[in-house]
Amino acid sequence: MDHYSFLRELADSWALLALVLFFVGVIVWVFRPGSAKAQRDSANIIFRHDDAPAAAAELDPKEDRE
Amino acid sequence: MLNFAKIAAWGLVAVAAAMAANYARDGAYLVHALIIMVIAAGAFFWSVRQVEEHPDKEAADPGATGVTYLDGPIRYGVIATCFWGVVGFAAGTFIASQLAFPSLNFEWAQPYMNFGRLRPLHTSAVIFAFGGNALIATSFYVVQRTSAARLWGGNAAWFVFWGYNLFIVLAATGYLLGATQSKEYAEPEWYVDLWLTIVWVVYLMVFLGTILKRKEKHIYVANWFYLSFIVTIAMLHIVNNLSIPVSIFGSKSVQVFAGVQDAMTQWWYGHNAVGFFLTAGFLGMMYYFVPKQAERPVFSYKLSIIHFWALIFLYIWAGPHHLHYTALPDWASTLGMVFSIMLWMPSWGGMINGLMTLSGAWDKLRTDPIIRMMVVSVGFYGMSTFEGPMMSIKAVNSLSHYTDWTIGHVHSGALGWNGMITFGALYFLVPRLWHRERLYSIAAVSWHFWLATIGIVLYAASMWVSGIMQGLMWREVDANGFLVNSFADTVAAMHPMYVTRAFGGLLYVAGGIIMVVNLWLTATRGEPKAAATPVAAPAE
Repeated sequence: MDHYSFLRELADSWALLALVLFFVGVIVWVFRPGSAKAQRDSANIIFRHDDAPAAAAELDPKEDRE
Repeated sequence: MLNFAKIAAWGLVAVAAAMAANYARDGAYLVHALIIMVIAAGAFFWSVRQVEEHPDKEAADPGATGVTYLDGPIRYGVIATCFWGVVGFAAGTFIASQLAFPSLNFEWAQPYMNFGRLRPLHTSAVIFAFGGNALIATSFYVVQRTSAARLWGGNAAWFVFWGYNLFIVLAATGYLLGATQSKEYAEPEWYVDLWLTIVWVVYLMVFLGTILKRKEKHIYVANWFYLSFIVTIAMLHIVNNLSIPVSIFGSKSVQVFAGVQDAMTQWWYGHNAVGFFLTAGFLGMMYYFVPKQAERPVFSYKLSIIHFWALIFLYIWAGPHHLHYTALPDWASTLGMVFSIMLWMPSWGGMINGLMTLSGAWDKLRTDPIIRMMVVSVGFYGMSTFEGPMMSIKAVNSLSHYTDWTIGHVHSGALGWNGMITFGALYFLVPRLWHRERLYSIAAVSWHFWLATIGIVLYAASMWVSGIMQGLMWREVDANGFLVNSFADTVAAMHPMYVTRAFGGLLYVAGGIIMVVNLWLTATRGEPKAAATPVAAPAE
């Protein structure tokens, strides 16, 4: 089988399946239980650090917010 | 030590550019070599003086500790956006007038100022110079604020700003001097493409580096859009510009692809330049500046994530709709059409998300002309992402293709969506970047809003009429099957619409000038921000 036919078959079979599954996975992940709280927090990121970066004192704020 | 290496490097670049100018095989290459020589020589002397005046400058960089944001390149980017915006709008208005009044193709300025050479100057000036500088400046602003971290890479952000604007200057002068590889939105020749590749890789590194050292757990959705814009443009740019230069001392190059493969590569690039430069990047702006200006979080964060993935999964396949009824195989153009229609859904999902962010705050539309600008922008996004899929349907395309309808469609997206959201972002940014209490004049923003909106409506409406008329006149046949109209008949019939279009452009550029004056006065004469919070001084 030449390159073109091989790639063409791969594209409209396994590659297509993988991409669709990935996309469905994203949707499932977005609606996973408990996501609303995390997403509310994410949506408010823009209101937190307007004037200066996170201060060096709060070294690990990634855990602070949990 | 590093300083001396820098001085030596600038000197070598200046000498190499001088040699290139000496061996240059054509005018565009010669001028470009001279531009680089002058810049390198200037930078050489500047670096020497820096060493004399600040021998220990490297040790005393106040920002290096990471206590402030790096806003210098953003301020420069805002200025460049304003400058190139007015230049690009003015060039567009001029070429629109050239179409209405051909005598404006002045005999004394041939061939440099004829329509054929000014048109790519206009498209590149508005898309890459105005839009590109706006994207780089806002992405640097947004990624710092949403990552709570200073830009990665020290002065690399400055390199991105200056390097990108050098690319703009080389591209623009090249078009006027006749150096082009004749690919829509990818006209610059090989060495300009190589330079942009270097700048773009550094841009990606600065952006990604900042995300990697972020202090927030989550990567805010605007950064996803910006990142997809940067990565995809890198891929598109490299593949579409694969070419072999005829001589290292000349601007001419030969494309690697030929025939329909070249055309498909070009429109895969061209449509994704629309999809990822003018859509994904500007959606990044929307997801930050609309919620900020409305002072409430985005309507649905779930929808924003689905919007992102759906948009990038579908957009990349839409390119073939530019090649309906050509040598492109039928299955490819059908595929492009189907994906274009599917694209309607994520586009409107994004539009709804942007508009509904104002739910509960609709009263702001009456009092805040900036939010009005942003809402109209998102409205135009919705309108042109409905018009686009409709025009990609083969039956519609057989009427609309090669007519002014396409031009009208592009401009309702570019003037309405890209222009208005950028104006909104600029009005948001300038008081903050120059530490002012507020804009110099809110009334001037209203003036800008109405001039721009009326200008777009005149532009789009006249192009719908002219484009559909043109398409119908081209296909009109008499009882014996002969074509009724000659091409020149359609040109004569379009004259009133062309004049209307040029007038709409004039209103739009007038609004742009009002904005620049307003922003200038804000930065220079605006009321300074009261009691600026001292940075880097934690209260004990």
